[in-house]
Amino acid sequence: MRIGVVTFPGSLDDRDAARAIRLAGADAVALWHGDHDLHGVDALVLPGGFSYGDYLRAGAIASLSPIMTEVIAAANQGMPVLGICNGFQMLTEAHLLDGGLIRNETGRFICRDQGLRIENNASDWTSGFAANAEIVIPLKNGEGSFMASAETLKALEGEGRIVARYIGGNPNGSLNDIAGVTNARGNVVGLMPHPEHAVEAGFGPDTDDAMASGIDGLTFFTSVITQALIAH
Amino acid sequence: MPTIVVEVMPKAELLDPQGKAVAGALGRLGQTQSALAKVTGVRVGKRFEIAIDGEADAATLTAVRELADTVLSNSVIEDVVGIHVQSAPSSAVV
Repeated sequence: MRIGVVTFPGSLDDRDAARAIRLAGADAVALWHGDHDLHGVDALVLPGGFSYGDYLRAGAIASLSPIMTEVIAAANQGMPVLGICNGFQMLTEAHLLDGGLIRNETGRFICRDQGLRIENNASDWTSGFAANAEIVIPLKNGEGSFMASAETLKALEGEGRIVARYIGGNPNGSLNDIAGVTNARGNVVGLMPHPEHAVEAGFGPDTDDAMASGIDGLTFFTSVITQALIAH
Repeated sequence: MPTIVVEVMPKAELLDPQGKAVAGALGRLGQTQSALAKVTGVRVGKRFEIAIDGEADAATLTAVRELADTVLSNSVIEDVVGIHVQSAPSSAVV
């Protein structure tokens, strides 16, 4: 399986995402924001970072990039797309996901290992998790507070489209402790915390067993690979 | 050169952490400057000045209105609170 990672001006975690994809067992394909070409990939990751310096709104300018025409078309045809942090912000700005992200309630940039409950294990990116699995992956953002209208929130909750919820405290003021959501089809997932930073022992969050041994993030990437194998 | 001004504010019902931080600082100043003691809140928004070539006619304003709703603001978290035309880019208040 070939998974594309799009690099935008100001992307930071594109290399980490590519490494996570390789560790999960797929080929990572570097894609460029200015191209109109997905190079035949089977799935896409929009990585974290600060595209265009968060000018206008976080993710807003990147969501208008040339490659986003192809990303939106592919997503609407069912291609799995994962947006992490700034990538999540881009997906909301591109209207592929509901809601929006605003500055953290505290006004502070937050960087910490964060507990999450995976509440939807039917999406393309979370199918490998047990129901209501509790995981820990890094969170690092300044504008991670998830907002949506009461109506949208009701739909997200009612349709089981909350992929992940913060546990052990809401870090940023997100409505209903929302850390990640999916679309109706379950192929597009946006997540504020960073699974790609918890994929290799020695470099992940601390666990009860050993320092830096947490690899809970890997399952997002193995999930999409397994889904693709089942589909073929 | 005609300039179309678009003003965008965070939705009133959402917390504006930026405004809150500024209001906090003004509150501290208010302890020493009594005129500022009246300040009860601050909200921070955005102002876009779009320079155009030629007249700001109805078609141009319609196009800018569309731009304001779709690109310059995100209706999930912000409202467009004003669009108006002025004859030149803004300069400092004298």
